[in-house]
Amino acid sequence: MSTIAEQQPVVTSMEEWSCPLPLRDYPSIVMGHGGGGQLSAELVTHLFRPAFAPGDTSALTDSTVLMLPGQRIACTTDTFVVQPLEFPGGTIGSLAVHGTVNDLAMSGARPLVLTAGFILEEGLPMAQLARIVHDMARAAREAGVRIVCGDTKVVERGHGDGVYINTSGIGVLDDDVHIAPDRATVGDVVLVSGSIGDHGMAIMSQREGLEFETAIISDSAPLNGLVEALRTAVPDVHVLRDPTRGGVATSLNEIAADAGVGIMLEEQALPIRPAVRAACELLGLDPLFVANEGKLLAIVPADAANTALSSLRSHPLGTDAAIIGEVVTDHPGMLVARTGLGARRVITMPIGEQLPRIC
Amino acid sequence: MKYLTEFRDGEIAQRIATEIRQVTTQPWAIMEVCGGQTHSIMRNGIDQLLPPEIELIHGPGCPVCVTPLEVIDKALAIAATPGVIFCSFGDMLRVPGSDRDLFRVKSEGGDVRVVYSPLDAVSLARQHPNRQVVFFGIGFETTAPANAMAVHVAKREKLRNFSMLVSHVLVPPAIDAIMRSPVNRVQAFLAAGHVCSVMGFWQYPMLASTHQVPIVITGFEPLDVLEGIRRTIAQLERGQHTVENAYARVVTFDGNRPAQELLEQVFTVSDRAWRGIGIIPNSGWRLSEAYRDHDAEYRFDVTGIHTQESALCRSGDVLQGTIKPTSCSAFGAQCTPRTPLGATMVSSEGACAAYFNYGRTVQLQRAGSAR
Repeated sequence: MSTIAEQQPVVTSMEEWSCPLPLRDYPSIVMGHGGGGQLSAELVTHLFRPAFAPGDTSALTDSTVLMLPGQRIACTTDTFVVQPLEFPGGTIGSLAVHGTVNDLAMSGARPLVLTAGFILEEGLPMAQLARIVHDMARAAREAGVRIVCGDTKVVERGHGDGVYINTSGIGVLDDDVHIAPDRATVGDVVLVSGSIGDHGMAIMSQREGLEFETAIISDSAPLNGLVEALRTAVPDVHVLRDPTRGGVATSLNEIAADAGVGIMLEEQALPIRPAVRAACELLGLDPLFVANEGKLLAIVPADAANTALSSLRSHPLGTDAAIIGEVVTDHPGMLVARTGLGARRVITMPIGEQLPRIC
Repeated sequence: MKYLTEFRDGEIAQRIATEIRQVTTQPWAIMEVCGGQTHSIMRNGIDQLLPPEIELIHGPGCPVCVTPLEVIDKALAIAATPGVIFCSFGDMLRVPGSDRDLFRVKSEGGDVRVVYSPLDAVSLARQHPNRQVVFFGIGFETTAPANAMAVHVAKREKLRNFSMLVSHVLVPPAIDAIMRSPVNRVQAFLAAGHVCSVMGFWQYPMLASTHQVPIVITGFEPLDVLEGIRRTIAQLERGQHTVENAYARVVTFDGNRPAQELLEQVFTVSDRAWRGIGIIPNSGWRLSEAYRDHDAEYRFDVTGIHTQESALCRSGDVLQGTIKPTSCSAFGAQCTPRTPLGATMVSSEGACAAYFNYGRTVQLQRAGSAR
């Protein structure tokens, strides 16, 4: 619907935002905010544009024209329906940026621009929408991407969950980048960039009102910088994957199936925060299946394993990185873990989402 | 984590396993009663540390597995009733009834909610006085005290909109039934530690002497399970059949007396059907007469629902260790983890599901290509 022309990002913080006059008449979203009339325009002019393209006063057009460097373009799309909308470590807004930026980064692309589609529920507090939008803008600035166009629709109360956000993203790839799951080769080493299960358990403990001695904070973060650091140290990274929904176990199962290789995981080597481990014990969940939003799995040639590990560890988002397994000839298509007792267990894909166990 | 990490030590586990190998001189079949123990065995690969002579038979101690199809169908009927808030432990949602599961009911508009405690369901009843709140009260003696407390609190507070669909099962009658089976192969039991933390183990000496079978109260962490097996094998090799408590940090002979008193007040022992096994006399609890107003079976008039288990399914034979899952003609064909016919394929730690996943005889359909 609206477009926002190219503009250098300007730092604004959420605290500085106070509800501008036209929006102040509406403390919450009404159907008219999606109607394409004055109310829609006010939302764009006073909320979305100042957040995503501060200082930009160019005319709004039907589409944005982009100039992209290079020939190889990566594009992806993702939709975000998380509840609660605001959680320790982020909001649905920053999550929508990180999710799409990370999907681009996992193919080795340099993320450049995002689009943002909002589905708002009638009655959503304007202040909450502003917090989400500004958190989204902050996340985009930190990830070095621009939000270049967007759209807003409003659905009747009861027909949505406050806010749904869709982001699509475009990135560019160098000619020599070949990162794909089927490049996992026998002998390769599997690394994870840090502790697993943080995002999923942060959301779940917030949702279920569980409290622990140390709060569990979502790891939601943009991984493009970390990928760049890794690829500078190890140009021939074979596979990258961000283990979001379904967790590390699902991602590694997919890679094993795609490449027709076996993956052997060392359970003892998995970095898991004590609070996450405790919450999983309590709810009967396996951290291997819990979502991450700021971690990557990397599969690299064995001789590059230590270089990869130290390059991850020297980046702020990879300080807890670890080597967690290897690609093997045995059990092709399957993920097998060596347990703490030195035995082996097959880790299969869950059928649906993980359910808390009764016993 | 305190009380967990120290019971997961790999080196000590190897030491106990070595000791077990040293004392084992002949084949033995041991049943671990509880689904939690089966889960621990699978998850840690404990069976792989044992000598080939020791066979672990996974017992009927998974509440998800043994809840009969008929009870699931009753739950589905109640959950689909307009105005009802149906509360359940999470893993019951995917257990299939005759033609659907609770997830399906939810997608069709039923208000189905996952709770972590039956008392959460009581709170919902307080918050929604104009709606019927039903809790799906299943499980063994372990989950029973909280369920009993929920009904007790509801009655005390006169929360007439709270009721419970009860399908409780009891361990000692199941052990008795297994030992009386003409095809029984079980020679010793690892009794369920959490059940005994509530009930104590005063019921077990009689069982051990009647059936001349060693019973070792066993916990759930790897070292607990290995220690339970070690003590069981030691008894078997010496020809003994006593009750031992290998989970003394949690279990006492008497158990939790106040909980037992509440259970006696709220529940009455009754015959129960076990999925895949059939009716075992006096093997369950139903709500006692005094609490009948809170019995969902009567409130929603589902007593007329009667469902037959699949004739193809041989999970009863699998549960008793008389056949391996792969010997069943439905295995991997009509019966898979996505379309389970019986108890042992329903739960991820059921014997059939474990065989299915390990053998991968049928490739699971990958769900879509979107990440």
